[in-house]
Amino acid sequence: MKFVIQVNEGPYQHQTADSAYQFTRAALVRGHEVLRVFFYHDGVNNGTRLASPPQDDRNVAKRWSALATEHDIDLVVCVAAAQRRGILDESEMKRLGKDAHNLAPGFRISGLGQLIEGVVFSDRLVVFGD
Amino acid sequence: MSILHTVNKSPFEKNNLESCLRYAKLGSAVLLIEDGIYAALKDTRFEKEVATAMKDVSFYCLEPDLKARGFSAAKIIDGIKMVDYAGFVDLTIKYDKVQAWL
Repeated sequence: MKFVIQVNEGPYQHQTADSAYQFTRAALVRGHEVLRVFFYHDGVNNGTRLASPPQDDRNVAKRWSALATEHDIDLVVCVAAAQRRGILDESEMKRLGKDAHNLAPGFRISGLGQLIEGVVFSDRLVVFGD
Repeated sequence: MSILHTVNKSPFEKNNLESCLRYAKLGSAVLLIEDGIYAALKDTRFEKEVATAMKDVSFYCLEPDLKARGFSAAKIIDGIKMVDYAGFVDLTIKYDKVQAWL
């Protein structure tokens, strides 16, 4: 089975980022494919590489990056949600005339079309949010 | 078409379980995750509503979230089935669609 996961809430808020991660890992362990994780609304905050949680706490962004590298998962951050919240990659930084970028490795910035395309090419969409 | 409904909020806090149960049809299922697990506990004012809904709808509870909140399976309304994350994945496949009540 092919899955697309949607994450609507930022990390370290309630449990969304953790539930989505645990579900994604369990699906992969079960032998399923996760085509894409789409980060929407405050969920885009999962994708900042500048987050520096205490060493004994989970690093949500790093954890996603590692999973994406290991299993070839497309991590997509919604562009409009990201701009509002200051989540930028290098090209967005240049385009918007900002002095820094913070998108974590393995993530990319794109639009809602990527969510729709994911739904078209997968068997299940599972949404996590607040 | 069968639907797996996920509910992640306590019924003491939000009304998304109630909303979900208004729409859940015969043969569908409700999976209680995160703070949603509070609806699975015995001896609360929601027990009757859950028990009534269970005549038509299967109820599941995500055990890691139950345990994270200090409860064991013994505290759960009879007939609610426990699943782990692998079981959660299996449920999303068993049912045709997944609807999150956020």
